[in-house]
Amino acid sequence: MTNDQLHGASSGDAATSAPLVDVRDLSVRFVSRDMDVSVVNGVSFELREGEVLCLLGESGSGKSVTMRSLMRLLPHTAQLGGSVSIGGLDILGMPARQLSTIRGSLVSMIFQEPMTALDPVFTIGQQIVETVRCHEGCSRSDARRRALELLELVQIPSAARRLDAYPHELSGGLRQRAMIALALSCRPRVLLADEPTTALDATVQIQVLLLLRELQRELGMATIFVTHDLGVACEVADHVAVMYAGRFIETGAVGDVLNRPHHPYTVGLMRSTVHGGQRGTTLEPIPGAPPDLRSLSTGCAFAPRCGEARPPCLTAMPELVEAAPGQTARCIKYGAATTYAAAGTFQAAV
Amino acid sequence: MLFYILRRFLYTLPIAIGVSLVCFALVHLAPGDPISAILPENASPQLIEEVKTAYGFDKPLPIQYLYWLGNVVSGDLGTSIMTRRAVLSEVIPAVGNTLILAACAVLIGFVVGIGLGTIAGYNSGSILDKAVTAFAITGVSVPHYWLGMVLIVLFSVNLGWLPATGMGSLGSGELPFTLDGLKHIILPAMTLAVIPAGIIARSVRATVSEVRKQDFVQTLYAKGLTSRYVFVHVAKNAAPTVLAIMGLQLAQLLGGSILVETVFAWPGTGFLLNAAIFTRDLPILQGTILVLSIFFVVTNLAVDVLQMMLDPRVKRV
Ligand SMILES: Nc1ncnc2c1ncn2[C@@H]1O[C@H](COP(=O)(O)OP(=O)(O)O)[C@@H](O)[C@H]1O
Ligand SMILES: [Mg+2]
Repeated sequence: MTNDQLHGASSGDAATSAPLVDVRDLSVRFVSRDMDVSVVNGVSFELREGEVLCLLGESGSGKSVTMRSLMRLLPHTAQLGGSVSIGGLDILGMPARQLSTIRGSLVSMIFQEPMTALDPVFTIGQQIVETVRCHEGCSRSDARRRALELLELVQIPSAARRLDAYPHELSGGLRQRAMIALALSCRPRVLLADEPTTALDATVQIQVLLLLRELQRELGMATIFVTHDLGVACEVADHVAVMYAGRFIETGAVGDVLNRPHHPYTVGLMRSTVHGGQRGTTLEPIPGAPPDLRSLSTGCAFAPRCGEARPPCLTAMPELVEAAPGQTARCIKYGAATTYAAAGTFQAAV
Repeated sequence: MLFYILRRFLYTLPIAIGVSLVCFALVHLAPGDPISAILPENASPQLIEEVKTAYGFDKPLPIQYLYWLGNVVSGDLGTSIMTRRAVLSEVIPAVGNTLILAACAVLIGFVVGIGLGTIAGYNSGSILDKAVTAFAITGVSVPHYWLGMVLIVLFSVNLGWLPATGMGSLGSGELPFTLDGLKHIILPAMTLAVIPAGIIARSVRATVSEVRKQDFVQTLYAKGLTSRYVFVHVAKNAAPTVLAIMGLQLAQLLGGSILVETVFAWPGTGFLLNAAIFTRDLPILQGTILVLSIFFVVTNLAVDVLQMMLDPRVKRV
């Protein structure tokens, strides 16, 4: 059954049971005296037990903010809309008090920068013990035993000694392993990993990635993985969602999206990054820069950079439509209406 | 860690020697000859020579210094010119009085400074934050002897609630917890506390809001800690920086304040120094400054050690 889920099969009880994570039309707006910017604009997805979803996209596209919304880990200036349900709990509606009981136990998060994400003046052991005790209320010695097990689980050598080490005494790779141990300390059902390997050296990146994949499979956590790296996505993901300007613009099973991208942006992304099986082809950067979120036009956010844009692209934001079986794209090329095919190119129209 | 403390202690030795050199030199740098302060103006040259020999002033300076240092180490700080009593027996009660006052001022200053600074740091940009900053700047810039006089006029002269000067029952060695003692200490302690409160409020505010911006605070919330537990982390991270500033303020308060003690006629070291300056009582001046300097050095040592214990990133070897 787990295998079925892993491969995204849409039959059996996996499909009938409620998804573990259900995000509906999530929007995030930062409002303060000197700014008002919509950063996430209607993101929806589901995630079942044991599934891995990868969020791809250029920086600034709203990946981190989306992830943080799932545990409401955003500053007071953030206004959230839509709904987020995890394990049947309404995350956006719950009182702050209850929020702290699910953070770290139902959902936990691994951050990008292990250097700064751990408290420098407490030992690794203290930081894990504190989390375990806070959620499970066990004795200090039980919590410490658990911390030791966790450090062994994430394969930190001489774990007993490392328990009393301060973060600055560990290398980057070990520190990120400790961060993973911390995130796993209360057996979360959903793991959020925000570029967990980006800040590490290349060789260490692969080790940490393999460890994460192994732990994810072993513990069966639903996982959302943010990455820039298509190779990483290939390795760990079941599904991918490509984000652009705060929206999903393409979703599907990992193999489908990476091998047969449909949205022009995803096509451009594949051409502009190095990943497996691409040797020999030249890299072509996507022209232009990501849009300014404060002044988005009414049309497709990617249209100004899109080589295939036609006049109707500028009039309305396209819907996310099925572009191929199990694969959706937010592009009017795939819409039911034939406006795109009917419209000439810009040159022709002028 | 013991090794660190020992090493840090050894570092203070040169400082202590430097301090003693300065104190020693004070007598010789001060305008006028120390001898002429003791002798009548029409003393015969022969008498001058005799006194010089008696005090060892005929020997070369380095020898004089070693003599003096030997005496100091054995607890002999010389004799007051005015009272003819041992300097130590004048300085010790004054130091005690200053300590009582400093302890109260420290308590007020630290509690107010840390409290206000934390509130401001947790609400940076708000009205509350601006109010605290305004208070801190005012506190630091108001001349405190002037503030002392204003308080006396207000609470002693106009309202008649509190005594204007002296130590009351504190002077007779009682604890400051009698009502009379409290009444006497409250105005000078408040006056003295204003500057440290302002300085500490500002540094706590800056440090707390700085720490709260760091990434690890996100991690703490992400792992499910409530704000109360997160505060413990923020406090421990802010502590080393704040502690250094508090140490400086503490050392300064321990030194007493010539102006405030004089305004309130508080018989502490500041008061003693003031009297010694006006009567050119060099041995008292020298002894008081020496004792205060040693306080300063010891406080700094204690702050360093505490800082090391709180911040694991400070090298411990
Ligand atoms: N606290 C905040 N206040 C205002 N804007 C923010 C805040 N956090 C993030 N943003 C904006 O949201 C957008 C998306 O950011 P983010 O989700 O971090 O992107 P990424 O896809 O690189 O993770 C960016 O334009 C960023 O400037
Ligand atoms: Mg990010």
